[in-house]
Amino acid sequence: MVKINGTDCDMDGKTVAEYLALAGYNPKLVAVEKNGDIVPKAQYDTAVLGDGDTVEVVSFVGGG
Amino acid sequence: MDNDKLIIGGHEFHSRFILGSGKYSMKLIEAAVRDAGAEIITLAVRRANTKRQESILDFIPEGVTLLPNTSGARDAGEAVRIARLARELGCGDFVKIEIMRDSKYLLPDNQETIRATEILAKEGFVVMPYMYPDLNVARDLVNAGAAAVMPLASPIGSNKGLASKEFIQILIDEIDLPIIVDAGIGRPSQACEAMEMGAAAIMANTALATAGDLPLMAAAFRQAIEAGRKAYLAGLGRVLTRGASASDPLTGFLRD
Repeated sequence: MVKINGTDCDMDGKTVAEYLALAGYNPKLVAVEKNGDIVPKAQYDTAVLGDGDTVEVVSFVGGG
Repeated sequence: MDNDKLIIGGHEFHSRFILGSGKYSMKLIEAAVRDAGAEIITLAVRRANTKRQESILDFIPEGVTLLPNTSGARDAGEAVRIARLARELGCGDFVKIEIMRDSKYLLPDNQETIRATEILAKEGFVVMPYMYPDLNVARDLVNAGAAAVMPLASPIGSNKGLASKEFIQILIDEIDLPIIVDAGIGRPSQACEAMEMGAAAIMANTALATAGDLPLMAAAFRQAIEAGRKAYLAGLGRVLTRGASASDPLTGFLRD
């Protein structure tokens, strides 16, 4: 299982690009962090998610 | 006045009003930016939501500098992480550091803020730390590579105005970086007063978000900030400690 934004997801073996597409994210509007390190957009197609990984997918919202 | 520029980390701005984008409809951002005359707008970084198909970036006019904050960070490490993610989102190198350990008063953790400033400045960020106004901390932030110092006027979102006025004045007098008053400014008159004191700029969010007419209040803040800036540049008239001083000639009275 991969913990994505705090929720366990069955995404083992999927690339970041595959996960973003499956979940319905626009990859241009998000940044992705895997196990504390940023995944550059150029690596979305090659970065593979594995069991035990922790992933954060973030975007901009209104704020002060 | 045309040559009066605000310079932050080598970037030039003519507006001295930094606008927040929180707590109001994204649809109002364009009018708020326009009527505020703002050139910088703050944003926050949060876990993405696939249900939210609209991006706030689509509502921000082109040419406006994005200033992501690190809200939600409880220590320097978390702030650094959020700043790096914000940069990855493709908004440039500006970051407003905001580190808070309590959710009741939302006061900034000055020591952690110094640590985060040092790390992020070394990574090439234009670092604008939000801080509790303390001269020693401000000096440490300068040494850590901050591009501006952002002291609070009163607790975030309180609209209570310049509760920390004396201490902000000390920062203005002693620190050779733009002092941008952030948090707590509730009224245009308070923004004007801070500018008269020599603040370099004002950051406001809640004062607008909780106003009856947001764009109109943005316009009011803009005028107040410009008025305060002009007054500061003009140099305020002196204040008498006692007595009065006539404005009219003391000769030629219509009597013997």
